Amino acid sequence: MMAAMQGEGAAEPDIEAIARDPRYIALVRRRSRFTWGLSAVMLVGYFGFILAVAFAKPLLARPIAAGGVTSWGIAIGFGVILLAIVLTGIYVRRANRDFDLVAADLARDFAA
Amino acid sequence: MRIALAAAALLAPVPLHAASVDAPTPTNWPAIAMFAAFALFTLGITRWAARRTRSAADFYTAGGGITGFQNGLAIAGDYMSAASFLGISAQIFSDGYDGLIYSIGFLVGWPIILFLMAERLRNLGRFTFADVASFRFAQAPVRVFAAVSTLVVVLFYLIAQMVGAGQLIRLLFGIDYALAVTIVGALMTLYVLFGGMTATTWVQIIKAVLLLGSASFMAVMVLAPFGFSPEALFARAVDVKTGLAAAAGAAPEAAAAAGRAIMAPGGFIRDPISAISFGMALMFGTAGLPHILMRFFTVPDARAARSSVLWATGWIGYFYLLTFIIGFGAIVLVASEPAYLDPAGGLRGGANMAAIHLAQAIGGDLFLGFISAVAFATILAVVAGLTLSGASAVGHDLYATVVKRGTATSAQELKVSRRTVLVLAVVAILLGIAFEQQNVAFMVSLAFAIAASGNFPVLLMALLWPGATTRGVVAGGSVGLVLALVLTILSPAVWVAVLGFADPVFPYSSPAIFSVPIAFATIWIVSRLDRSPRAAVDRGGYAAQRVRAETGRGASGAQAH
Repeated sequence: MMAAMQGEGAAEPDIEAIARDPRYIALVRRRSRFTWGLSAVMLVGYFGFILAVAFAKPLLARPIAAGGVTSWGIAIGFGVILLAIVLTGIYVRRANRDFDLVAADLARDFAA
Repeated sequence: MRIALAAAALLAPVPLHAASVDAPTPTNWPAIAMFAAFALFTLGITRWAARRTRSAADFYTAGGGITGFQNGLAIAGDYMSAASFLGISAQIFSDGYDGLIYSIGFLVGWPIILFLMAERLRNLGRFTFADVASFRFAQAPVRVFAAVSTLVVVLFYLIAQMVGAGQLIRLLFGIDYALAVTIVGALMTLYVLFGGMTATTWVQIIKAVLLLGSASFMAVMVLAPFGFSPEALFARAVDVKTGLAAAAGAAPEAAAAAGRAIMAPGGFIRDPISAISFGMALMFGTAGLPHILMRFFTVPDARAARSSVLWATGWIGYFYLLTFIIGFGAIVLVASEPAYLDPAGGLRGGANMAAIHLAQAIGGDLFLGFISAVAFATILAVVAGLTLSGASAVGHDLYATVVKRGTATSAQELKVSRRTVLVLAVVAILLGIAFEQQNVAFMVSLAFAIAASGNFPVLLMALLWPGATTRGVVAGGSVGLVLALVLTILSPAVWVAVLGFADPVFPYSSPAIFSVPIAFATIWIVSRLDRSPRAAVDRGGYAAQRVRAETGRGASGAQAH
């Protein structure tokens, strides 16, 4: 079992065939573009927030409604939390409906 | 520098100020009764789990049969420590908005784990993250690095939890510190030793449900008098803070400014480097914590791994929204109530008691007892996960793979792991007692910094960069680990607060902004310069590893029973 787990030794012919399959190549490209895009959104959202905390305090302190107390900072902070949840949701949806189907296709065609 | 200290202190799982409060707490019988009920129930589960724990796979991964929803809750239970609940609500209680900055840092690592790692981990690994990090590399060096790094992270995290547990339990239950630490160690040992991952998972799930349930109840009770309007709650909190500042002798205008200050970021502004560095440690550290990564091997496939992150992110995010409301609730209901304050105007029992006092304010002694029992359960769930992770690093990575070179039987591996559990428990109890009077605030932030600077770069480069070689990842991971350790020792949290020097050598609260990029750069440079025969094998193995990672081909399945 351990041997099958590890990358040492010769690759199985199936694996090499999958690596050359156009559907696999397209899957890897699309998924990688999608996940790096989502990661970039999260990184920009979070470190943007941290930079705003460091450099734009008056902006974050400003109340949303005139005469109210709830600040833009609270709305933005909650927004970053929601962003994290929504981005994971978007990824799961796309992976379940799209990427998994391609992977299942490949698994069927290259069934051992 | 003061800010840096506060930042580090917040990561501690402990009411640190409790250490200085020596007034004995009367023994809290309702809390002890409720905790005893929890302990009996979870021990019953452990008994049931013990019958299903026969192989190494059962022990490390509950046979891989946990569903995505269950695993999501268990991850939340593994991750939401007493620090999150007590520390962050206390931070919000004292400074308002700043507490939210920490909450967000604790959450944003999760999407990154999902996008870049979770499914690949599940597809390539079986028991530990080292399975994945070493997949195409020479086994021994990478496994040794991963095991050392795991043990360092686990040990620091564990000591911090034990010291926190002792202080918290002494305070809440009125029982002796050493006894409290021993009870935590003994219960944890029973769960992990006999029930393995199955029992650990269910303890974490039950704890997550209890914690989320009671935090929800508190938030509802806080918001109800304000017609469920957060604006009305915040306005009242600003009034309370203004009143307190005025009572302390501030001029009306200054008092009003002090009140409004809880609606905006405060201390962070003075040191942007620390803010960013700390943010990096939280975000990338989450993605490198061995006991968290281990949870992805308990589900049957990549799809379940994916849905467990969605559930976990949802629950953890929801929890942090609740702590924000709870912190403001404490300002409104606790801050101006003399019964909860000591003569100096601080919180009775220490600054981290805000949520505990709030529980009493809204639910009386019975709910106070319940929340105390939940806090105890919270610590147990976290230490059980940590111990299991440390045991798997020794049993699976060091013993079965490095020493026995894959020839160990499941029974032999299990025996080593179980012995490791006992050793870790004894070490944790002894160090927990030894560190009673020490300031352990830096230990959890150190664990995050090491995970971010050692494990995370190694795992990411192993998964995503074809050019990475054995020498590269071992060198980069080791540099990151050592740098995170050394810079933390030179930082205010250790150099000044623990060792007593006047000025820190390294002025920032977290090393991550330096140690993480340097670890990545070292992996890149050393791999690039690596001309060894092994390097060719490492690079050549990438394509096949990628196919398995992307498609799940050859992934270890759930174990049949």
